[in-house]
Amino acid sequence: MNGSTRQRALSVSLLQRADLWRQAESRTRRLARGRSDDAADATSLADDYRLLAHDLARVRTLMPDSRTREYLEGAYARAHATLHHGAWRIGSELLTLWRDEIPAVVRWLRPYILWSTVIFALAVIGGYSLVQRYPELIALFASPDLIASVEHGQLWTEGLLNIVPSSVLSVQILANNIVVSLFAYCAGFLFGLGTLYILGLNGLMLGAVFAFVSLHGLREQLSGFMVAHGCVELSVMCLSGAAGAAVGEALVRPAQAGRIESFRVAALRSGKLLIACALLLVGAGILEGYVSPDPRFALWARIAIGVSYWLFMVALLSGWLFGRRARRPAS
Amino acid sequence: MSGAARGLVVDSVTGIDVSLSVAGPGARAYAFLVDWHIRLILALAWFVIGALLCNGRFSLAPPLMNDARWFGGVVAPALAIYLLYHHAVELAMRGSTPGKRMAGVRIVARDGGVPGAGALLIRNVFRLVDSLPLFYGVGLIAVVLTRDNLRIGDMAAGTLLVFEHTDARLPTPASTAHRASGLDAVGAEIVAELLERWATLEPGARVRLARQVVRRYGADPGEPGNDDDAAWRTRLERLARPQ
Repeated sequence: MNGSTRQRALSVSLLQRADLWRQAESRTRRLARGRSDDAADATSLADDYRLLAHDLARVRTLMPDSRTREYLEGAYARAHATLHHGAWRIGSELLTLWRDEIPAVVRWLRPYILWSTVIFALAVIGGYSLVQRYPELIALFASPDLIASVEHGQLWTEGLLNIVPSSVLSVQILANNIVVSLFAYCAGFLFGLGTLYILGLNGLMLGAVFAFVSLHGLREQLSGFMVAHGCVELSVMCLSGAAGAAVGEALVRPAQAGRIESFRVAALRSGKLLIACALLLVGAGILEGYVSPDPRFALWARIAIGVSYWLFMVALLSGWLFGRRARRPAS
Repeated sequence: MSGAARGLVVDSVTGIDVSLSVAGPGARAYAFLVDWHIRLILALAWFVIGALLCNGRFSLAPPLMNDARWFGGVVAPALAIYLLYHHAVELAMRGSTPGKRMAGVRIVARDGGVPGAGALLIRNVFRLVDSLPLFYGVGLIAVVLTRDNLRIGDMAAGTLLVFEHTDARLPTPASTAHRASGLDAVGAEIVAELLERWATLEPGARVRLARQVVRRYGADPGEPGNDDDAAWRTRLERLARPQ
């Protein structure tokens, strides 16, 4: 038998297996979608995988530019993914994310959280000192309307609900906060400098405004306004800053094989925290729209709400809300 | 796992690597445009229906005073549909979207599997950076400049966009019919594909292709002026499935 006859015979015998490929492909799709819990199906997948691998290897040699090869490449890739990763179950994916992955990220980010908090606190102190000493510098940090309102002895938050309904206010605030928080994280891409800038600027603004209202005897009112939503809002600012700082450090001092790989690992790991941050900011926005500007809430109620929501945040980030328990060594 | 030019090659226990072709800027842009239209239409549909119901008359005008019902029932959900479309749909469709399906691409992790929920969400968080300064400028530059056509979100999430080959079909049912005709397996594929595409080709082009195929597989191509395309189709059918 000459070479070309042999090759033709092999090609023909390969194509006769097309029905087996179709069956393998259909079984793979069924298992990948989690639509089958049949043990026999799952066992057959391993056989399918070997069959497809074997036939693909031959098709790559015998028919390199054919549709048969294209079909088998796709079927083999899907069988590989299904066999090695199992079915996609969105519920268990999300549970794993909240119960295991996010708490692990928080533990990993502890030093970054500490440093972000220190930087933010220093910026607040800096802004406070600056405006207390040079009150005219408030123009750098606050809008003319805010300044005019405070100079008339009134916080800009008073009567806010007469102008904007709580729902509108909440959505505006939470959208703004989420964008700032995401930017603080994504700005870590600029070697961490962007994160540092956003943390510093927000800290300076907060300190400056506090100093300015203190000079006009409105500090207690502003604290009362902020306490319900601010505990979590400011914590989330530091958390997203920490995540951004981790990304920045991965670029400045790559630990893995290269800078991009290091960035990828750090961003993938730390970015999961941002999902929790965004959800926490939704809650903070609702509080800021419904509770903070409403004079019917007494100070003690605001403090209770603020502290409770902060404790909820701790429980969420440590995984307790999703049944995570501290592991004890086996006796 | 290793990367080959314009493709992701994943090692496998069988010794036969899994080869995935990476989608380029064109497929990405096609998928994005389809998805963009879908989310825009969905958001607009919500807005229009919500506004008509909220106003109680044939008007889309917002109320003169700030109205919580208008904002919470009409504006906010429409914005949420537009802004959270990719996050929600990619999670629900295992790293795909209607646009990606149409473009024949899907998102995979670097090991060839479906990315986790965290990776899919992070990929979309980084749209903030990729979309800067406008029209996805940063993302587009990153896609063009990187070997695997990655935008910043893909780099962060460890994902890439690959062609799925879901529409790849086997050319003919498993049969030995073409053996009698002298066609080899590749020839059988070519003939089957030409017959499939027959109606979509220009008459001149299909006759020219049919003549080339018939000549290549050793049959008499006939007179040069014979342009009866029905006859040529019959000849091809006989070649593929001899009686």
